[in-house]
Amino acid sequence: MLDLIWLIPLIPLTGVLINGFFGRRMPLKTVGVIACATVLIAFLLSVGAVVQLAGSEPNPDGLRIHELSLGDWMPLDAVSVPWEFSLDPLGSVLLLVVTGVGFLIHVYSIGYMAHEKDYARFFTYLNLFMGMMLTLVLAGNMMVMFVGWEGVGLCSYLLIGFYYDKPFDLRTGLTCADAGRKAFITNRIGDFAFLIGVLYLAINFGTLTFSEISERVAHAGPGAHGLLVGVGILLFLGACGKSAQIPLYVWLPDAMAGPTPVSALIHAATMVTAGVYMVARMSALYAQAPEAMAVIAAVGALTAIFAAIMGTAATDIKKVLAYSTVSQLGYMFAACGVGAYVAGIFHLMTHAFFKALLFLGAGSVIHGMNGEQDIRKMGGLKKKMPRTYWTFLVATLAIAGIPGLAGFFSKDEILWGAWSSGNKIVWLTLAAAAGVTAFYMFRLVYLTFWGTFRGGDEAESKVHESNSLMTVPLMVLAVLAAVGGWIGIPKLLTFGKDINLFHHWLAPAISLPHGDGHGVEASHSAGLEFGLMAVAVGIAVFGILLALHVYKSSTLPQKIADTLGPVYKLVRNLFWVDELYKFAILKPFYAACRGFRWVDIHVVDGLVNGTRNATLGLSYISNLHDRIVVDGLVNLTGWVTTWLHRMLSRVQTGMIQTYLSVMLLGVFILIAYYTLAG
Amino acid sequence: MNPFGDQLLNVITFVPLAGALVLLLLPKEKNELVARLATVFAGLGVLVSLPLWFAWQSAPTDGHGFRFVFESNWIPSIGAKYIVGVDGISMLLVLLTTIMGLIAILSSWTAIQTRVKGFYVFMLILQTGMIGVFVSLDMFLFYIFWEVMLVPMYFIIGIWGGKRKLYAAIKFFLYTLFGSVLMLLGIIALYFYHEKVTGMFTFDIRYLQAMGAWSGWFDLQCWIWLAFFLGFAIKVPMFPFHTWLPDAHVEAPTAGSVILAAVLLKMGTYGFVRFSLPMMPEATKHYLPYALTLCVIGIIYGAMVAMVQKDWKKLVAYSSVSHLGFCMIGIFALTADGITGGVLQMLNHGLATGALFLIVGLVYERRHTREISEYGGLWKVMPVFAVLFMIMMLSSIGMPGIPGNGFIGEFTILMGVFALPQKFWAVLAATGIVLGAAYMLWLYQRTMFGELSNEKNKNLKDLNFREIATLVPLVILSFWIGLYPKPFFNILAEPVNKLVAQVEQTWQYPDKVGKLAGDDVLVRLDELEEAMPEEGNEVH
Repeated sequence: MLDLIWLIPLIPLTGVLINGFFGRRMPLKTVGVIACATVLIAFLLSVGAVVQLAGSEPNPDGLRIHELSLGDWMPLDAVSVPWEFSLDPLGSVLLLVVTGVGFLIHVYSIGYMAHEKDYARFFTYLNLFMGMMLTLVLAGNMMVMFVGWEGVGLCSYLLIGFYYDKPFDLRTGLTCADAGRKAFITNRIGDFAFLIGVLYLAINFGTLTFSEISERVAHAGPGAHGLLVGVGILLFLGACGKSAQIPLYVWLPDAMAGPTPVSALIHAATMVTAGVYMVARMSALYAQAPEAMAVIAAVGALTAIFAAIMGTAATDIKKVLAYSTVSQLGYMFAACGVGAYVAGIFHLMTHAFFKALLFLGAGSVIHGMNGEQDIRKMGGLKKKMPRTYWTFLVATLAIAGIPGLAGFFSKDEILWGAWSSGNKIVWLTLAAAAGVTAFYMFRLVYLTFWGTFRGGDEAESKVHESNSLMTVPLMVLAVLAAVGGWIGIPKLLTFGKDINLFHHWLAPAISLPHGDGHGVEASHSAGLEFGLMAVAVGIAVFGILLALHVYKSSTLPQKIADTLGPVYKLVRNLFWVDELYKFAILKPFYAACRGFRWVDIHVVDGLVNGTRNATLGLSYISNLHDRIVVDGLVNLTGWVTTWLHRMLSRVQTGMIQTYLSVMLLGVFILIAYYTLAG
Repeated sequence: MNPFGDQLLNVITFVPLAGALVLLLLPKEKNELVARLATVFAGLGVLVSLPLWFAWQSAPTDGHGFRFVFESNWIPSIGAKYIVGVDGISMLLVLLTTIMGLIAILSSWTAIQTRVKGFYVFMLILQTGMIGVFVSLDMFLFYIFWEVMLVPMYFIIGIWGGKRKLYAAIKFFLYTLFGSVLMLLGIIALYFYHEKVTGMFTFDIRYLQAMGAWSGWFDLQCWIWLAFFLGFAIKVPMFPFHTWLPDAHVEAPTAGSVILAAVLLKMGTYGFVRFSLPMMPEATKHYLPYALTLCVIGIIYGAMVAMVQKDWKKLVAYSSVSHLGFCMIGIFALTADGITGGVLQMLNHGLATGALFLIVGLVYERRHTREISEYGGLWKVMPVFAVLFMIMMLSSIGMPGIPGNGFIGEFTILMGVFALPQKFWAVLAATGIVLGAAYMLWLYQRTMFGELSNEKNKNLKDLNFREIATLVPLVILSFWIGLYPKPFFNILAEPVNKLVAQVEQTWQYPDKVGKLAGDDVLVRLDELEEAMPEEGNEVH
């Protein structure tokens, strides 16, 4: 099974071929079944591969890893890049999350997209995404990963712009197609940095295979330190694009233009976590570049709080969740930055469960509300959509960090990792962000499900619960969001008994600075850890209570907004970051483009045409010279001759009388001359 | 595998010309027959070129890395010979030429309605000229083919072109002629200098390439290099010699644009690889910073000007300027990866941009406008077209894996350029990747996405079988190069390594620059004789 891991990405790609070529002529049901079946097969193969990996012998470093190469891809002079795939514990977590959650979302999509005309196109894209995401996860080197990396970006572009003829954001005039393009270009900016980082790695280490990079950077020596820090930051910039971190997060909120299952799959559970995955993959490199890790921790923490604040003012149900995703991704990066990779990946997994659930729940709400996404027009949906409500609530409690649910364990582990690594500011920022998270999530629940319906009677009568194709995946995810965290339960809560399976499974795949194999597990007082846990829970509960208090009243939110005045306006307008980019980067860029176009027409081509005109002018002058001067002389000769001829020919009259008269005249003149002169 | 023996290249070169002659015999009114027969001859051209690929490994080389060499006396009084032969670089370009020629002709069945016979005759003559340029191993012969190629292209633009066809045709002709006349001066200078040193009058490229190893003619080298540079840079075209290109592309009929982009532009890049680098390595290195600067300007400037074009075809034309800048920066990196990538990218650009011009042509035939703003929402009415356009657009913007050929080229080039001590060249070049995505995606969005608001577009027909057949081979080749480029790397390894060695050999003796010692020349002469092909090694 392990030797077949390269098949896992290929199986969904067969779905692409079938649905892509024949989908338009097949019944909708068949299209959906084929799409889901390929993902299900990929999931089963993945389970088999992971089970086999778990049963295999670890290598001397304690790492279970299976690598295989399918032969050369790019045999370059500087570095040879084969088609390499590998599976290790880190990849296995992603593999199961991607195929598992992916399968549930595929099933959900059959119901959600049932009324769409372009059904086959949707599932073709979705399967293509799965193939690319699995390539990314199973890649054995950076370039194969880059194929997946760009491929998922392409699918994201296509799926965000799925409703390519529809407007998306009326306030900014953005269409769905614009949003897709924005996502692609923003990602490309990150990829630009990523590629430069890859070039540095390839030139200096002669390999792009992950296991070889890990080995070679570990023995790189202090001389390479600056290089590794630089590469680490460049790679992280790539991750910032893909995983929507400051300063490249701007595309993700607009990515909500895509159909909701897409937001759940790509823009919450899987693709956007690729950056975190990549950083964790490169942990050996970052272990040699603590400065780069500090950057990651700082950017992650900042993004976590910044995006959480923006989430408090959004009124579109999906945008609230989008900012929440940006914020939670910040948590994961912060975890990686402080060396708590295991916690970061753990959070990646639990987040996939509860955030996919939240998005699918939101999709169910939108479906039930017949397309309405504005939470100001919702309210009281609890009774109309009980299944959606209860599963949504479980996910909300999980993300808020209520003890026992999945999000609690992973978030707590990140916070503890931040504290124990000595990054108290990161801890403080993340703890504050946790409070804000609890607040905006309960604001969302309140405005959507509780209180009274605000969308008018007619809309209310049409609200309905979704069918079971949609609600069953919700329930499965709710179970995972509830209990999925127990796999990584801290020792503290099991009375010192170490049953943290997740940590044991993952830790060998991670390298930490200073050769400290167990980083956050270093000696610490149980009391401190327990105390911090209590503080975090307290903050979350405070956020929840605050939200409940504020949104219970119908006037208080407005009053708060008025009191905060400019601050509220700043948050409501998302700190004007989009506008800043527009005026600081895009406008000058387009102006420069137009400037160059002008230069091209008037200067560069102007010179060419100028040369032509100068030549023509010269020709004209030569022509004139030729006609007037050169030809003139010739003609003058002609004219003179002609004139002379005319004059002289008059003399030649042919009449004897004239000749005799002239002769006589001549004789007279001669006689007169000699007479007078003589 | 190769039924033609050492006549293979002659057959490949002259099958199109034979086709042109046959077409001339047909009556003028039989338009359909002419088009079909021209397609048959172009298809035959592809078929006879296939042994190049399949018999490549088994074909012996002539000791200089050239295969399928055919040699014959031609004008003995000046030492000009008829020599044809290919190495890995020119072999791939010949295949590109035959394939793109067939596709261009196939794409013209309905597009060309006036003076049909003349059009196909010119297309086939053009085909012979282009192949001849790539297979010539004698500079005199090369120059003849180089100029022969100009004439049919001039007529194709000038007769079957758009509104400003005469302006464009004359600009194309004069601009490139200006460059090639300078190149001719360079050729003559090389020829006489070679005679001065060796006492032998020859245009044989294999002997002239040995001059790259000579020291002591640096000043002359620089002058000749500049003359060649102008000739090739205009053809590529490199900034700032590119302005003939948008005009020629926009005015040319679809087939003309396809050939222009896919093959004609490669003449310039090929010229650098075949002549400037191996024959004048010291001058190449001397002018390297300037050349690299022009490449980088071309990449960024071309992309930024493409960004704000309103004309679909003009946008693709400027994207060519940007992409060719990428090819050239790879070649001027003078590293194995850079040159390999540069040549690969020549192929990829041929496939992708050729396809993009076909795509413009397909909608132009339906709507008779190239204004981007006239389109929008075409996906709704032309889904097959939209998907094929999408794939080739992704090829153009360097998407790895789908189809991935553009990425292979770009990455290989960047790797080669990154080996230079100054990293900023690669960083600046890499910005082209972001800019390329920006203008291409915007073009795609404005034409394919959005509402189908223009009434005239609502009844557009999707592609028919013939039209799909023009694009699908390009899609398949793109996927092939993208996913399994190894055969291409293998074929390019030998000539590229030889070229790198040729460029590097004088690099090792910079102290000899500027001295022409008699002894030195004699030593070189001995080496030269050793390097000449022996009778036994020649291919028969």
